[in-house]
Amino acid sequence: MLTIKKYVKAASLDEAYELNQKRTNRVIGGMLWLKMSSGTVQTAIDLSGLGLDTIEETDEEFSIGAMVPLRDLELHAGLNAYTHGAMRESLRHIVGVQFRNLATVGGSLYGRFGFSDVLTCFLGLDAVVELHHGGMVPIKEFAAQKPDRDILVRIHVKKTPLRCAYLSQRNTKTDFPVLACMVSEWDGTLRVSIGARPQKASLIELPKDLMPENASLEEIASYVQEHTVTGSNMRASAAYRSRLAYVLTKRACQQIGGMDK
Amino acid sequence: MMIKLNLNGKSVSADVAEDSLLIDFLREHGCYSVKRGCETSNCGLCTVFLDGKPVLSCSLLTVRADGKTVHTLEGLQKEAEEFGAFIARQGAEQCGFCNPGMIMNAIAMFRENPDPTDEEILEYLAGNLCRCSGYEGQLRGIRAFLDYKKSKGETAICNM
Repeated sequence: MLTIKKYVKAASLDEAYELNQKRTNRVIGGMLWLKMSSGTVQTAIDLSGLGLDTIEETDEEFSIGAMVPLRDLELHAGLNAYTHGAMRESLRHIVGVQFRNLATVGGSLYGRFGFSDVLTCFLGLDAVVELHHGGMVPIKEFAAQKPDRDILVRIHVKKTPLRCAYLSQRNTKTDFPVLACMVSEWDGTLRVSIGARPQKASLIELPKDLMPENASLEEIASYVQEHTVTGSNMRASAAYRSRLAYVLTKRACQQIGGMDK
Repeated sequence: MMIKLNLNGKSVSADVAEDSLLIDFLREHGCYSVKRGCETSNCGLCTVFLDGKPVLSCSLLTVRADGKTVHTLEGLQKEAEEFGAFIARQGAEQCGFCNPGMIMNAIAMFRENPDPTDEEILEYLAGNLCRCSGYEGQLRGIRAFLDYKKSKGETAICNM
């Protein structure tokens, strides 16, 4: 059972950052994962009063506040048009509407959870994470870092023209994915993000000669399978996940190439 | 700490513990439709509306409801009564344990999408677990309710 001694609704990012330097204090996002833990939080730091629950769209980018609920991302017309529906597809299988109205994008990304559909999807985008002290960090770099005591403020998704598709496999609806796959192509490079391996999502940038236009889907899928480290847990074996990496990559490439039509 | 919220149309002030969960606060205030099911934020049984949006009260700190409007099934009598009675007459469920959360989320769906397809119904209600029915009964009952309302030239939403 989780015990919280003190609750502070931070009045500024500086205050939140300062409070968060103490190891026994915790920033709370949607609290859905934190609630499942046991132990004592000395001070729960709530960012919900800092105006970080909005998605702002300009000609150049989407700026997504850390406290934006996953449901808002799922329903955002601009993000879904830009990602060809991949954003919604990555989110709609996560538990239920009531859960996604609470879970936040900041909490999902900051935890760098192995099961995270959200991290898998954002890794495939031209995205930068804004940290209060760390500044702008490319999402790939951020995902590789260990969680520290900084505050995730916003996620910036540049409107770089892209093709992308998101697919996941689950043993049962609303469960964690057995494997998640985001295929995206921008700036002439094909990128494949594989999540729930079950380790946290990893991003593979394919060689230039491996594009849907000049390589077979089997060649692309085989490359991804060979370069994806998978593991076993109660949901699936490493071998099954490895096979899924091949299948989902192939299907997602078909989608972005328009070859499934 | 002291909080003030609007609960089912009434202003409520209370001194709550920092780690109190909204579900416990609501039950302490007589809202017994809000029940604890899975304890893992999965079953949807504890669904309430926070500023009009369905959320899991088992996973929300009570202090986060400060200054907000909360509705439970008790506060949605008219909408819930008609839909609940229809579902019961249809025999759409068995034991009824999941019913309060299912009704709350169905009402949320009707407000957001008054004319959903079967696929949209299944997707919207995926966060409400039922261990008896396999969901076919609920889907049939909701479909029949929507068709019934449509035949009367009404939408599934009642004015609160």
